[in-house]
Parts: sequence; structure tokens; C-alpha cells
Amino acid sequence: HTHTHTHTHTHTQAERMYCMFSCFPVLLEMQDLKTGVKSQPQRLVITTIPHAITGEDIISWLADRFQVDTQEARSFGSMLVALGYIYPLQDHKRLVIKPDASLYRFQTPYFWPTQQWPVEDTDYAIYLAKRNIRKKGILELHEQEHYNRLHKWMNHKWDFIVMQAKEQYRAAKERKKPDRVVFDCQERAYWVVHRPPPGTVSAMDYGLDRLIDPNADEVTGESLLVKYCATYNSHDPFLSKCLPSNPWLTDDVTYWTLNMPYVEMPTKMRVERWTFSFAELLSDPRGRNDFRLFLKKEFSGENLAFWESCEDLKWGEAATMSEKAEHIYKTFLARGAPRWINIDGKTMEITVKGLKHPHRYVLDAAQTHIYMLMKKDSYGRYQKSPVFKETVKKAICPEEDAQLEQNAKKRRPSLSPIILRQMEQEQRAKMAATVDITQVMSKLSKQRKEAPPPPCPPPCPPPKK
Amino acid sequence: MRSPLIPEMATQEVQLNETLTHLKTESETLKSKLEDERAKLHDVELHQVAEKVEGLGQFVMKTRRTLKGHGNKVLCMDWCKDKRRIVSSSQVTHFMLLKTFMLLEHAVTMPCTWVMACAYAPSGCAVACGGLDNKCSVYPLSLDKNENLAAKKKSVAMHTNYLSACSFTNSDMQILTSSGDGTCALWDVESGQLLQSFHGHAADVLCLDLAPSETGNTFVSGGCDKKANVWDMRSGQCIQSFETHESDINSVRYYPSGDAFASGSDDATCRLYDLRADREVAIYSKESIIFGVSSVDFSLSGRLLFGGYNDYTINVWDVLKGTRVSILFGHENRVSTLRVSPDGTAFCTGSWDHTLRIWA
Repeated sequence: HTHTHTHTHTHTQAERMYCMFSCFPVLLEMQDLKTGVKSQPQRLVITTIPHAITGEDIISWLADRFQVDTQEARSFGSMLVALGYIYPLQDHKRLVIKPDASLYRFQTPYFWPTQQWPVEDTDYAIYLAKRNIRKKGILELHEQEHYNRLHKWMNHKWDFIVMQAKEQYRAAKERKKPDRVVFDCQERAYWVVHRPPPGTVSAMDYGLDRLIDPNADEVTGESLLVKYCATYNSHDPFLSKCLPSNPWLTDDVTYWTLNMPYVEMPTKMRVERWTFSFAELLSDPRGRNDFRLFLKKEFSGENLAFWESCEDLKWGEAATMSEKAEHIYKTFLARGAPRWINIDGKTMEITVKGLKHPHRYVLDAAQTHIYMLMKKDSYGRYQKSPVFKETVKKAICPEEDAQLEQNAKKRRPSLSPIILRQMEQEQRAKMAATVDITQVMSKLSKQRKEAPPPPCPPPCPPPKK
Repeated sequence: MRSPLIPEMATQEVQLNETLTHLKTESETLKSKLEDERAKLHDVELHQVAEKVEGLGQFVMKTRRTLKGHGNKVLCMDWCKDKRRIVSSSQVTHFMLLKTFMLLEHAVTMPCTWVMACAYAPSGCAVACGGLDNKCSVYPLSLDKNENLAAKKKSVAMHTNYLSACSFTNSDMQILTSSGDGTCALWDVESGQLLQSFHGHAADVLCLDLAPSETGNTFVSGGCDKKANVWDMRSGQCIQSFETHESDINSVRYYPSGDAFASGSDDATCRLYDLRADREVAIYSKESIIFGVSSVDFSLSGRLLFGGYNDYTINVWDVLKGTRVSILFGHENRVSTLRVSPDGTAFCTGSWDHTLRIWA
């Protein structure tokens, strides 16, 4: 015999009903001719049913196999019935194992729940139609209700359904009576499992579909890569033109000059990158300065200052680490600190506790909290702020310039990074002196203490390649 | 929809045998079908997701600068953050600082052969290098071209076997190293103190790369054990491991967003690993490519992957589609090192043919 197996169950549903597959080994063992559950033909009314097994035999076999008591064996056996692997020959609507001479049979693989799950309404409609053809009025009340509902919703293919039902009915008539009786039992048992009467507990009920398929994330993960490539495509010098030109091609360094780390007026492309992510904004020194200016106007500059101090602690010299941690605590975390940052009680507790034995990552929790705060709140507002809008307005858009020959003659050495670093340090010292003075002064007047040294912003971590 | 065919019943004996055989076959079939189903969902490859993405056009990439001066095999190079200086190291005793745009140089002699690793400090004011001396030393740079840089050098890392790669972290004050002794380590530059060591590779570690993530606390390493490991810098733990290559991994490089990384191996393939999905999502290979990959790097957008190969060529791959977009000739011996410049305007290769080339 041949039949097609269609596995239409979704990954999620199959995972949720993994038990359907886990019982296979036991089922195989139970049906072993020598060591399985005792079976014999049983007379039932006028027919002989092959391979019938009694409830008590099932239970004793399971108890022996698993070395458990009869109650547990019975419970396990009942689950096999509930899943549809074993079915009762009498009292067919009660899917349990009775600890007596009640008869059961192993369900044929054709009707195993794993064959096609969840079960389709079309098949159920065909089944009901078939029974209706055989003997009108045989359907039970809930079956009748199903039938009417399906007739309504599947009206467009009802001809097909009736045709299938008739075909199955005809094929069944050609079988020998004992086989037909057996098959009818099997089929009936199948539908009791998959379309249970109302008010009964169904093992097929697995609750709600879970929303987050961990494997679905994979597709999202890869489409993140696709998205990133698309976003940065126009910024990739190998894929789009550098404006005014790629220095390596034309020997014209304008592109580099316009994109110096601390240039006064950034290019439009550069400013656009700041809107791609908060990390982009922070990693560009010019972008970070713009953001710093915005925060100053909102009087929340301490957040960025704190974050920078944490970076300095993480990546800085080991020798000065404890000292730095102490300074950060006094400046940002202690009660009444001049640049006190607002973190939740729990994080503050963990941080203060950790500072008793400081290490490079002791401020991680607090740093993450502040980073997220800036990312989710300040970053969005920054992009709508006058500071940003002003920067966008003033941003340069260089025109393409492909002069080649002349440029080669104009090659000049660039400034040494050593000199650049000196210049940077000077600029930062200048900025540190002016930052948040009003806030510091107001706190000072409240406490009447000596002013702490102004925090020196640490070196700007350069953007990763 | 189920087939209308119904299993036929024969004699009791035959039927039972049939059922049992059927059961056994069913069990096996279903098991493998379930695995297939799961595997299918796992194996959504990158190029399938990227089907609708526009293809890339023709590329004209040429050598724009050829840098001679080493006099022997170039083993490693790194860019300065200023986008136009590089440091390179070679088989015999020196590393060189090249103001590549200008083709001037500043050479330093080191007391060891095979300087396999070199790195520029983020500030651009120091370089680190090492190799068969099992050490990683830091040389502060000077404006004075005549100054003997070796005099001010600081010995930072000490391994028990050769140094294969080194990288500064986000500042000049910490260095991450990998070694033939099978470990990676994080060091404090000023004191030479070992801050954290990373154990897990079963053989020589050949390469490493720091993650560009927002909270920047991880890095990836590749080794002779065919594994690529992702490490947590705080705890020293290996948090993810990938073992799909068939030979030594010579190079690892993060995708610009930090969500994935690429690897290059002696098995002649480059591969892409998605960190969220925790698996390989693309292989970049061709039947005509049988020599190992020595180094890989991404273009700025992550769309292109450049690979330097032991057959003297450079292959350029479309990361999303999995196809090769270009093959570049020029070097006359193995390409041993390859890095894209910090602003993505060019990439530099170093070769056993004693030269470095800038491509754009």
C-alpha cells in the first residue's frame, strides 16, 4: 500500500507536541511478538478482532517494563490512548486504560497523529460525509454541528468532499467484513482523538501558539545583515562614489580633510550616519560633540560624562584603576555628588557594593543603564532638536571632482597622529573647563563644600573599522 | 489532504508482521523527517534571504600604490586610524611605518625573526608587534625620524610560544594577543600585567578580532583546531564556538555591525557565521580555488568580503549573494595579510613577494 505523508505541522507546533514522537520506542516494544503485550483474537459480537489486548495486560506490561506501580503504568497507558496510539474497542469515547479485561488495540500507523498534524478540516468533512452516506442520522450531536459548520465554510469544495466520501465508501464496501469492521474502529478512534466530543479533555490541546519561535529569529538575524548592507551601501567607497573623490584614485585629499575627526562642519553623509544608530553617533568624535552640546542644553550632560568615564575605566591603565573608580563614585554616584546620575535603586546598590572591590567592569551595570537611557530617550530627542537641525543645515555636500594629474603634484604629508593627539587634548581641556558649570555651582552653594576637580573626559574611543 | 487509499488487511500473522515492519520504518522515517524539518528551518541560508537584493555591478579595482622596502616576506600589516598610515612587519627583523599616501617610511629593527603580528594603537602614537620571540612589545612613536624607537620599547605580553596576532582594545593601554601556545590574553600595556587569559582552543590560535558592538566586550579567535571561538572579555569564558571549517582558520573578522563574523581557512573557503542564529550562514568557495585563505576583511557596508589567498590572488565576494564578484592579480607570491582602511576607501595587502599594495 502506498500513501503520502504530508508534514504540514509547523515547527512550533511539532516542538510543542514532541511527546508524539517520544513514545515510538515504547510502542515498538509493546508490539513485539515475543516480549510485547500479550495479544489474541477476540470475539466481539459476530466478528473476530485480531490483536486485541486487555487493559490489565497493558498496565502490567508497562509496570514491569518501567519498574513502576500500577497507578503510574495506568496513567502512562492512558496517555498513549489520549494521543491515539492505542484505542479502546468498547466505550470508545473514553480515552483511558481500564484496569480490567476491557479490550484495546494498537492503532495502525496510517492513523498515527504524527502522520499529519494538525489534522485538516477537509479530512474531517469527508469522514462525516461518508458516515452520513452510509446511514443518515448516525452523526452525534456535536458531529452534526461540525458537519453543518463545515458545510457552510467549505461550500465551495463540497462537491469534491462528497466525491471523496463516496469513493471511500465504495472502496470500503469491497473489503472483507472483518477488515471493514477493524478499519471503521480505527477510523472512529482517530476522530475521537482529533475532534473530541465537547467537555472532554484532549491531549491534542497544547494551549497557545508561542509567538516567538527561536528559530524564526534566524531569518530575522540574516535579514539584519541584508538591512545593514542596504543602509550603508551609499557610504561604502567600493560601492558608491566618495565625494569629492576617493583620495586613492585621484590623489586629492579633500575627502579626508572634510572628514577629519573634529572638523567644524561635517559632511552631509557623515551626519546621515549619525542617524543610523546611537553607536554610530557616539563613535564619531564630531557626532559625540554635537550630542554633548545637545545634552548640555538639556542639563543632562552628566550621563554622557559618566559613560565616558566608564569607558576610561574599562580600557584604561590598570595602575590607576582604583583611583579612577573612586573618582567616578564621588563625581557621579555618591549622595549629593556634583554630577549625580539617575539610576534605579537596584543598579545603584549593585554598583556601590562592587566599588568596595573595584575592577575594570565594576561599573558595567550602571554604564549599560545610562547607555540605554541615552539611546532610548536622549538620542531620539537629539535628532529632533535645534542643535541637530542646525548641524544638518550647515553640513557640507561636496561636489564630484575627478581631477587627476594636477593632484599628484600636490601631494603633501599629513599631520602626524602625535601632533593631532596634542591638539585634541588641548581642545578637550578647554571643553572640560566650561561644561555644566551652572550645575556644579548650584550644588556647591547647597553643600558649601570645596569644588571637586572638573572631570576630564577620557580619550574618545575611535570607531571600529 | 490524506490519500483515500486504505491499508488492506491480510491474515492475522502477515498483518502483524506488516505492522511491525511498518512501525519500524515509520519510526525511522519520522525521526529523520523531523530532523529534516528542523534542519530546513535552521538552514535558511543568507543567499536565500538575500534573493531580492540587487546584484552588484562590475568592479574596477586596481593597485593604486605598491610599497617596496621590506626586502623580505611581509607577514602582517595594520592601518592607523588616520586612514593613510600603515604599519607592516616582516620575516626578518623589522616593522615599518609607512605614510602610504606619501610613500615615506620609518623603519625599526627588532631583535627577532618572523614578526608575525603588528598593530597600530588607536591614538596613532604607538605600535605593537611580536612573533617568534613569544612576546608582544609596544613602541611609542616619535616625531623625530632619527630617534631609535627600539630604545623606548615596552615588553608587554609573554606567551610560551609564538605570537600570532595582536590588537589594541579601545585605547592605547590594553592589548589583546593570540599565540601558538593555544591561548589568547589581555594585557595592561603600562605594567605588562596579565589582565585576563582565554583558554579553550586545542591548538595554536592564529588570529583574533575585537567586536565593534555597542558594549564592546567580546572578541573572536580562530585556530589550528578548526574552531572559531567568541570570548567574553570580562569573564574569560568562551561564549560561542563554531567548528565547520575543515582546516586551520587563518583569519577572523567581524562584520561591521558586530552581528556576524567571517573566517578564512586553509580549506580554501571563507565562511560567515551569524552570532544571533549561532551558526554558519554562508560559505564562499569555488571549485577553482584550492589554496588556503590567509586573511579576510569586509568593505565598510559589509557587502563585500575581500580574501587574500596563498595562490597569490585576491578574491572579492558578494557577502549576501555568496558569489565571487572579482579576482585580482598582481602579487607574485602568497598574499599573507589584508586589511580594509578605517574609512573603507581602500584595502591593503602584504605579500611574501616583499611588497604591500593598496587597492581601490
